[in-house]
Amino acid sequence: MSRLNAELVRERVRGTILERIGDTPLIQLHRVGAGLRGDLWAKIESANPGGSVKDRPALWMVLDAEEEGRLRRRRVVLDATSGNTGVALAMVCAVRGYALELCIPDKVSLERKRIARAFGAQLVLTDPLEGTDGAIREAQRRAVADPDRYVYVDQYSNQANPLAHELGTAAEIWKQSGGRVTHFVAGVGTSGTIVGVSSALRPKGVRIVAVQPDDALHGIEGWKHMPTALRPAIWDERLADVHRVMATDEALAMTKRLAREEGIFTGPSGGAAVAAATRVAREESGRIVVLIADGGERYLSTPLWE
Amino acid sequence: MPVTVRLPGSLRDATGGETKLTASGGTLRDVIAEIDRRHPGFASRVLDEGGALRSYVNVYIGEDDARTRGGSGAVVPDGSEVMVIPAMAGGG
Repeated sequence: MSRLNAELVRERVRGTILERIGDTPLIQLHRVGAGLRGDLWAKIESANPGGSVKDRPALWMVLDAEEEGRLRRRRVVLDATSGNTGVALAMVCAVRGYALELCIPDKVSLERKRIARAFGAQLVLTDPLEGTDGAIREAQRRAVADPDRYVYVDQYSNQANPLAHELGTAAEIWKQSGGRVTHFVAGVGTSGTIVGVSSALRPKGVRIVAVQPDDALHGIEGWKHMPTALRPAIWDERLADVHRVMATDEALAMTKRLAREEGIFTGPSGGAAVAAATRVAREESGRIVVLIADGGERYLSTPLWE
Repeated sequence: MPVTVRLPGSLRDATGGETKLTASGGTLRDVIAEIDRRHPGFASRVLDEGGALRSYVNVYIGEDDARTRGGSGAVVPDGSEVMVIPAMAGGG
């Protein structure tokens, strides 16, 4: 059981850039949500200093390892990532003074690799054909081979990941909506967002909608097609009231609409989550909050914006 | 000399479990069409309705990104290796 709480986290990072993680804006989507039964509101996670929602679990996982006494100087933080968690961990480790190794599939978008390296991370490039699951297997191999060297934070199994959302993201949504949130919609990658927000808001009557890609071969960065992927240990599908799937083409179309109609420049996962939320808002009334995980800048080298 | 085509696990269901195939050369579109004849439905997973590479699929011919060599019209020289990978990996 983690010893962390929101107050302790704030105290630990006071006076640094990490203090700015969280308290992201909640914005109503007036045009995309026009004519729907429910009101659509988006939690804009690109406002975090590392540019994505992953700042939250990265900070909590590193601080949790510190609290447990696992993170001593000269030990190396290790994780597997397809990008955003790598950037977030790299920023956190830069501030806290730790070396970081990231197992990352070769040929992920150039931006992520360059940003993580800019923060001082060492990258271990894994077989692109094996995707994130190959990166996970390589991180596991390294952690087992040299346990004295590495602190493997393992975002897929680390309870500090959902805890960051339970005590951070969910609490913010409840406060920002004045307790009027009725639905929460987010994609499933590590599943930390859904698991954490569900733990806090489901007991208050909020319906939790979890969204996955509709195909094993997809372009929704950060999301997992659970039937064909390594299952995260923290994932529990019973924590969602509704499970939906999203096609990449529909996600990309909504990503472009968000930029042109709402002024929100996001990546494919943001478009996917909002597209799923519009379906919910078409069917049900209430205040529907959807999480937009990152910004579009991370995808400029991909064909999305050509 | 045939070309070797390597596929990600996420396309295994489209090829009866195979992730390493061989095909004749020609253009990338020819290579994909040949695999589609053996495994119907394969082409639609990597090409859109207009015959272009789907935006979330990257193809490398040797070390070169096929998009820099004409996309699905890129020439695949005899004996080369073609690698199909998701443009964006899943899982944060």
